[in-house]
Amino acid sequence: MHPVTTVHYLALSAGLLLIGTIGVLTRRNIVVILMSIELILNAVNINLIAFSHAWHNVSGQVFAIFVITDAVAEAAVGLGILIALFRNKETVQADEIDLLKW
Amino acid sequence: MLDTVLFYSFAVLVLGGGIFTITRRSAVHSAISLIVSLLGVAGLYLLQAAEFLFAVQIVLYVGGIMVLFLFVIMLVNLDDAAYMREFNRQWLVALAAVTVVGAELGYFFHRGAASFHIAGVASATPAGVGNTEALADSLFSEYLLPFEIASLVLLVAVVGSVIMAKKRI
Repeated sequence: MHPVTTVHYLALSAGLLLIGTIGVLTRRNIVVILMSIELILNAVNINLIAFSHAWHNVSGQVFAIFVITDAVAEAAVGLGILIALFRNKETVQADEIDLLKW
Repeated sequence: MLDTVLFYSFAVLVLGGGIFTITRRSAVHSAISLIVSLLGVAGLYLLQAAEFLFAVQIVLYVGGIMVLFLFVIMLVNLDDAAYMREFNRQWLVALAAVTVVGAELGYFFHRGAASFHIAGVASATPAGVGNTEALADSLFSEYLLPFEIASLVLLVAVVGSVIMAKKRI
C-alpha cells in the first residue's frame, strides 16, 4: 500500500467539494441545500488541515477555526431565513420560491 | 500501514456519508448521513495531529449544528416534501458542470502531485508543546484581531437569526 500523502487528502477534499456542489445545484429541499454547504465547508477544512500538517504550521488550523465559525453563523442565519420563508410561503422547495421572477 | 488503513476507512465514511446526504429523499436521513460524514472528517483531523479541531468538530458540528438542523426539520413540517420531486430540472446541466470541474481538479492533482511533497520543513512547535497550546498561542497573539471580528460575526448572526425567526418584530 502506498503511504498517505498530502495529495490523498487533497483528492478526498476535492471529492467532498464536488459532492457538496452537486447537492447545492440539484436538490430542491432547502434544508438539504444548507447541509450540502456544510459539506463544502468541511472540504475546505480538510485542505487547510492537510497543508497545516504538511508545513508543520498551526496557521492552517487557526483558519479552520474561522471557517467553522462562519459555518455556524451561516447555518444559524440560513435556518432562520428558512423558518421565516416557511411561515410566509408554506414551502421548503427552492424552485417554488420565485417571488422575484416574472 | 495503520495510517493508510485508517485514512481509507475515514475516506469511505466521509464520501459515503456525503453521497447519502445529497441522495436521500427524507431530510432526516440526510441529516443522519451528514453526521456520519462529519465524524469521518473529525477522524481525519485526528489522523493529522489536529486534536483540538477534532474535539471542536465533534462538539460544535455533530453536537451543535446537527441538532439545529434536526430541530428545524422538526419545526418545518417536511412530510409532504418527501413525496415531491427530489431534484430540480437543471440537474443534468449541474452534473455536466461539476464533471468538468472534477476533471480539471483531477488533472491538476495528477500533474502537480510531486510539488505537494514538502520535505525538510522544520517543526514550528517545539517539542513538549501540545497542539491545543500551540493553537491558542497563535490564535491569541498573531490572530487576535480576526478572532475578535469572528466573535462579532457570531453576535450579528445570533441577533439576525432571532429577528428572522420572530413572528413579529
